[in-house]
Amino acid sequence: MSLIKGKTGEWEMVIGLEVHAQVISKSKLFSGSSTAFGAEPNSQVSLVDAAMPGMLPVLNRYCVEQAVRTGLGLKAQINMTSVFERKNYFYADLPQGYQISQYLHPIVGEGTIILDLEDGETREVGIERLHLEQDAGKSIHDQHPTQSYIDLNRSGVALMEIVSKPDMRSAEEAGAYLRKLRTILRYLGTCDGNMDEGSMRADVNLSLRRPGEPLGTRTETKNVNSIRFVQQAIEAEAKRQLAILEEGGEIVQETRLFDGMTGKSRSMRSKEEAHDYRYFPDPDLLPLELDPAWVEDIKASLPELPDEKKTRFVKDFGLPVYDAGVLVADRDTAAFYETVAEGRDPKLAANWVIGDYFGALNKSGADLQSAPVDAKKLGGLLDLIADGTISGRIAKEVFEEMWDSGQEAGAIVEAKGLKQISDSSEIETLVEDIIANNPKQVEQFKSGNDKILGWFVGQVMKATQGKANPGMVNQVLRQKLG
Amino acid sequence: MSDLTNLTLAEARDLLAKGETSSKELTEAHIAAMEKARSLNAFITETPEKALAMAEASDKRRKGGEAGVLEGLPIGMKDLFCTEGVLTTAASHILDGFHPTYESTVSQNMWNAGAVLLGKTNLDEFAMGSSNMTSHYGGVENPWRKTGDNRPLVPGGSSGGSASAVAARCALGATGTDTGGSIRQPAAFCGIVGMKPTYGRCSRWGIVAFASSLDQAGPMGRSVRDTAIMLEAMAGYDPKDSTSVNAPVPNYEAALTGDIKGMKIGIPKEYRIDGMPAEIDQLWLQGIKWLEEAGAEVVEISLPHTHYALPTYYIIAPAEASSNLARYDGVRYGLREGADGSLDEMYEATRGKGFGMEVQRRILIGTYVLSAGYYDAYYNKARKVRSLIARDFAQAYEKVDAILTPSAPSAAFAMGENMDDPIAMYMMDVFTVPASLAGLPGISIPAGLTQDGLPLGLQLLGKAFDEESLFKVAGVLEEAAGFDATPAFLAA
Repeated sequence: MSLIKGKTGEWEMVIGLEVHAQVISKSKLFSGSSTAFGAEPNSQVSLVDAAMPGMLPVLNRYCVEQAVRTGLGLKAQINMTSVFERKNYFYADLPQGYQISQYLHPIVGEGTIILDLEDGETREVGIERLHLEQDAGKSIHDQHPTQSYIDLNRSGVALMEIVSKPDMRSAEEAGAYLRKLRTILRYLGTCDGNMDEGSMRADVNLSLRRPGEPLGTRTETKNVNSIRFVQQAIEAEAKRQLAILEEGGEIVQETRLFDGMTGKSRSMRSKEEAHDYRYFPDPDLLPLELDPAWVEDIKASLPELPDEKKTRFVKDFGLPVYDAGVLVADRDTAAFYETVAEGRDPKLAANWVIGDYFGALNKSGADLQSAPVDAKKLGGLLDLIADGTISGRIAKEVFEEMWDSGQEAGAIVEAKGLKQISDSSEIETLVEDIIANNPKQVEQFKSGNDKILGWFVGQVMKATQGKANPGMVNQVLRQKLG
Repeated sequence: MSDLTNLTLAEARDLLAKGETSSKELTEAHIAAMEKARSLNAFITETPEKALAMAEASDKRRKGGEAGVLEGLPIGMKDLFCTEGVLTTAASHILDGFHPTYESTVSQNMWNAGAVLLGKTNLDEFAMGSSNMTSHYGGVENPWRKTGDNRPLVPGGSSGGSASAVAARCALGATGTDTGGSIRQPAAFCGIVGMKPTYGRCSRWGIVAFASSLDQAGPMGRSVRDTAIMLEAMAGYDPKDSTSVNAPVPNYEAALTGDIKGMKIGIPKEYRIDGMPAEIDQLWLQGIKWLEEAGAEVVEISLPHTHYALPTYYIIAPAEASSNLARYDGVRYGLREGADGSLDEMYEATRGKGFGMEVQRRILIGTYVLSAGYYDAYYNKARKVRSLIARDFAQAYEKVDAILTPSAPSAAFAMGENMDDPIAMYMMDVFTVPASLAGLPGISIPAGLTQDGLPLGLQLLGKAFDEESLFKVAGVLEEAAGFDATPAFLAA
């Protein structure tokens, strides 16, 4: 547990996150309009989205399926009956004058997320609930000196609001929570997790307390749109609250707005100014009743999730927990690794994927799809190491060549004559020559300087441009120097 | 009044089928009647050119051997139904200039059945009212007058324009919507038949919403048969309305067998209220007698939560309305005022000028009852009472097939009366509101006249989705009552 040391003693941060995750679906929560990102303003707006008189919402079954899938992925309670309610407030980009959301009866109840922390430790964070709701449109204030523009493309798009319990104690944990949640959503295919496109946004609830004391007054910082900003917002807000509390002041319960440019937040509205949303069940929609068999079908179709995959990688492949964690953080990476490891030494495969391969990806800025070396090619390279055709050291050279040219490992080894010398008579001849030409070093070895053996290996490698089988060289040297 | 406009919708249909008149002829006669009756202010928008084009198209279809249930029959459409390309106002200033690009499901169903649009009928603003006096386009006159008293009377509301137009023979029938009595009460005031079907029977898609859990479209006509014919065309499942019910629509006209022998009719004792005119009580007793004479068994029943219905309704309906009307903000369509100010100033100016007093009153009530701290005391309590009221009916329908009550606690009153007393106005819905809260069907049938010559209605309430029984009993009651009085306007 990380505590903050203040002038007057230690404080503990208590953090809860509300994440708005845009559901992956072709059409909106209550209308048939497209949800595609980046279309011309107001080109994806149905009569329902624009709240024309007499228009009625019709629930998109697929969005419900996605919410259920997410709930199952979060090991959460699926509520077989849930209710859509209206959250009433006026704003120019909210055409109905209310947002259809879920309030007293959300579709998903309590669940759990396991955080993977930097030190390899894990920690459980509770999920309070997940509910479905409509997104609002977008107000654009910077196109005209006195007027605002409204883009309703986003109006009515399905969001999942995922609310954590106040179980996090540091900015790092909040970051780990968001990364893990994003990983799970991406595994499930229910949210693309692209925070820069706004498809995942977080509200941060934070309070400070003396360790062991009851919860303090919290503030809510709205709409923070990257993991880095969430962590910055937490640090900044904790610092602000600490300063107040240490001076003997009181925290005002309020909603704050974070500015990524300055790294600071400002008060948006206090509790007294808070909206009275006048929630009530939407009379246009009947309570949502799920068929248990349908929920079972969705459950049966869930992919293997990161925690299970990690456990399997450790158990079946003998990977260190940390390596397994790195590999499962992304579903495609995990699949890539499994292709490379298939029928090969899984640890060697993990080392290559995490080390050289990720290194090359990072350096080149490529991703798995666009990388010049695919899983099959990387596997080919590992096969050449495994059957002794090339040494691990040569393999690194070959890999660089593969990355640059996109060629298969075998072809490069062939063309460049990099094949390892594993012919014992050839190595023996070489070793004999070197021993004959370097009596001084032979003398040192014989007088007990074992380290000089490395020098002999180096000489052999130099003579073969590194192609000699290192195991064999060692063996022959010991025998001849005997 | 020509012979053609004096026909019932069913009679006109039969003449058309026999080739003895054409839709064009019928439509021209009704256009002329509509123009002659302009002093009633029953229509907000007349669409004579569209009507003639639709009539000619209908005559062509008929020649081609095609004829829908309402083929060639000119009707009025309450101006709460969105009609493609035709001004749709909800009788509110705030919808100034609104021409929908879409057609409501119910009106489309009627065009598909061959009906002809004469125009959009006047109503209380956003269907909020029981007199039609809250319309931005002015009140509607009832074509009836008290004997020896020429003061104009209200047609009731909110479907007052439709009721007045049908009673004055400007249209063979008209659509209404009923949230707390807005079809049945004006039907009673104007001496016509008004039918509110079961909630979910007709699609709400494209009807400007007042209170979504209560709003229901229904037919208004000069006979039970006419409303049965119209409902068959209007009703049906609509996947665009999640609250519409996927049940087959029967041939309602076929239910008019005249045979109610052995049917059980309930008389709820709670509907005898203090201060109700004796002649309404007498008419009710007369109705009981007619049904008994036709072979029905009449039993007294109890609907114990009846007297909570009106306050419950005046919490739930405004609560939903306050949210439904939030979309009229001056941003996308209709009236926009104060656009030079801030967003909040624009909202205030637009909504302050766009909504009339009664609509503002209900938005305020609705906002209040949903507010934090008051929600449980009002809205939540009202929801609970609502389910008790529904249970009352469910228990009663274990014993009876239909329930007979008066339609309204008074006959039509003078224009301008009750305007300074909203509670007195709300009392007009006392007999219609309970069934609305329970989502049950009801029909008002003209059954007699007051001593000073104004029509009075009797209301029949039925089981959910059993409109057939309701039509059947209503048909018998209509036959027995033999109501043939005509409004003073026709004599003029």
